[in-house]
Amino acid sequence: MTPVKECAAPDFPTAALPLLHDIQLRSNVRHATDVIQGKRFRVVSEMPDWQSLRETGQRTREHTLQYLDSYLEQFEERCTAAGGHVHWARDAAEANRIVVQMAQNAMGRAIKIKSMTTEEIGLNRALEAAGIQPIETDLAELIIQLGHDKPSHIVVPALHKNRQQIRELFAYAMGQPHLGDRPEDLTEAARLYLRQQFMHTPVAISGANFLIAETGGVCIVESEGNGRMCLTLPRTLITIAGIDKVIPNFRDLEVLLQLLPRSATGERMNPYNSLWTGVHPGDGPQEFHVVLLDNRRTEILRDPEARETLHCIRCGACQNACPVYRQTGGHAYSSVYAGPIGAILTPQLALMKEGQSLPYASSLCGACYEVCPVKINIPEVLIHLRGRVVNARPKYLRALDLEAIAMRGMQWVFLSKMRLQLAQRLGRVAQIPWIRRSGWIERLPGMLGGWTRTRDLRPLPPQSFREWFQKRSPLPTEVPHE
Amino acid sequence: MRIALFITCYNDTLFPETGIAVVRVLERLGHTIVFPDAQTCCGQMHYNTGYQAEALPLVRRFVEIFRDHEVVCVPSSSCVAMMREHYAKIAAAAGDAKLQADVEALLPRVYEFTELLVHRLGVEDVGATYPHRVTYHASCHSLRSLHVGDIPLRLLSKVRDISLIPLPSLEQCCGFGGTFAIKNADVSGAMLEEKIKCIQHTNAEVCTACDNSCLMHLQGAMHRQRLEVGTAHIAQILASEHISSPQSSSKRKGKIG
Repeated sequence: MTPVKECAAPDFPTAALPLLHDIQLRSNVRHATDVIQGKRFRVVSEMPDWQSLRETGQRTREHTLQYLDSYLEQFEERCTAAGGHVHWARDAAEANRIVVQMAQNAMGRAIKIKSMTTEEIGLNRALEAAGIQPIETDLAELIIQLGHDKPSHIVVPALHKNRQQIRELFAYAMGQPHLGDRPEDLTEAARLYLRQQFMHTPVAISGANFLIAETGGVCIVESEGNGRMCLTLPRTLITIAGIDKVIPNFRDLEVLLQLLPRSATGERMNPYNSLWTGVHPGDGPQEFHVVLLDNRRTEILRDPEARETLHCIRCGACQNACPVYRQTGGHAYSSVYAGPIGAILTPQLALMKEGQSLPYASSLCGACYEVCPVKINIPEVLIHLRGRVVNARPKYLRALDLEAIAMRGMQWVFLSKMRLQLAQRLGRVAQIPWIRRSGWIERLPGMLGGWTRTRDLRPLPPQSFREWFQKRSPLPTEVPHE
Repeated sequence: MRIALFITCYNDTLFPETGIAVVRVLERLGHTIVFPDAQTCCGQMHYNTGYQAEALPLVRRFVEIFRDHEVVCVPSSSCVAMMREHYAKIAAAAGDAKLQADVEALLPRVYEFTELLVHRLGVEDVGATYPHRVTYHASCHSLRSLHVGDIPLRLLSKVRDISLIPLPSLEQCCGFGGTFAIKNADVSGAMLEEKIKCIQHTNAEVCTACDNSCLMHLQGAMHRQRLEVGTAHIAQILASEHISSPQSSSKRKGKIG
């Protein structure tokens, strides 16, 4: 049997196109991001020290990554001492194998807390393949799972759905045709559905917001309390976390837990803040595992210009602020990590083979950098990754690539004022066949056609500025450069 | 004061009227404009599109040409942002200590046009008259890279007979983004559409900005949709002295100023 080759993800402009035509989705995304941004703005504005908090957050993350190896080993040591088991996973396959093995005695199912890391490694598919049914307990993830959908936001995975759509889905999936669409109707339906699962499932799988090296503890913040149920009721708890989630000390939470909830959901504090360390006889899970996932994070660490990608604390503020994300929603990025952070993280996690269009999925407006609680200069990293995309192309392809040819041609023109003047004159002649009756250019060929898809172009004027200036003062004002 | 003008490649080629307006304003204020005519491009397009190696010679060229000038005026905030955010880094990456030193010495003397007027020359009223309804679009680079703040609005508010109407969602990007406008034409178009709705909401006759790049993008779409709104670089408004309407928006769509 020939193995089924997994389809490569479509590039961003292609994936974005159908979403731009989905009026309902765009209005849902607009509404949700507006609401979260409004809340964020209110709770950030009331903090006189917000900028210094951001700087401290940035320094904490920078410092941690610089000494990541020692902090990870410290975490392993302290977590083990507290009765936990630490596993190291090089990649997604290894992480999935470890989790599946540990969940084997789970009576065929495992409850899950919302975790983008498990989405990153495709854990649910791996569990299903091993005959273990993963049950998402986060309301948004439940919506995604019941609808066979994909998350579109790292904090609010079902952000692209509105209340009516969720009602439809619940009514169908839970067999309740008369379900109402008030928030309390929907949460009550989810509560009844989930409570059964909490009571009868012996294994829970979680992600982590922070791993604390000093104590070997794990921290999860959430809004619904379903996570708290997963962390306390089952016998076995398995936590999967990227190696970038570690922080040095318990005290670092002082700053990070001010930055995260305000940036993520516009709350001063999350309704549920869970912190646990190892196991305690007769209280909570009696078996606790942590899977530390690399999955190319050490490669990101190696690139000094892109390293700050790993500073991310997954608040999603950049997604809400991004004018590109706000138009397309998260699915256009073909990755669990969408928006500006996804545009820099995804291509690095995917070896740059895929996701090459993502660093270009930004107008470099800088809104993401402005809101980032740990000051990741996302536009800078985007530009750096664009350079990596260009340089990753084989030489022979670069010689044939229209964009590369155009760029080199423009550079050649710009390296001489004579050539620039000549190009300006040639342009005035070359444009003549394209000028329409309106006096404007309405359609251009090739790559430039992207411009005229929604815009006209005013033709080059008969005189450039330099020509005007020269005619005005005939004597050269400066010694010529060449 | 002798002010060197870096007109930028696209203003030179596509928007000479902006350069002419800059010269008019500065000369009216009693300054002498020099135009080092070997100048071409700052390298922003190459750098931001991923052709960083190709940008380096353009950076060198700019620095070489403008190194000895007392003050450099650039009527484009995105080109100034390119210099302030990337030039030092480019020079360092090239391992060229001299270029790095030149960049560091030159950049404090490089001003975006409105910055030059308010911060360097200390002028807010440039003696302009512009009897039109105008809305100001804050380009992302002027807003988030140069942090020009309300400088452009302070200049505009001193213009006689102008009616300034605030643009809703001022901080949202218009969707231009350089090669983004072509590479992601559909998404760029959707962002543009949103911005145009805001502009229409103001009922302004003219939308202005510190960057012709955003304006070219807005103007192109408003012309495509045959909207009765024009665009004008802020220099063109500040240069305007005529009481009579310079160009009626209904006759010359998208070309006021």
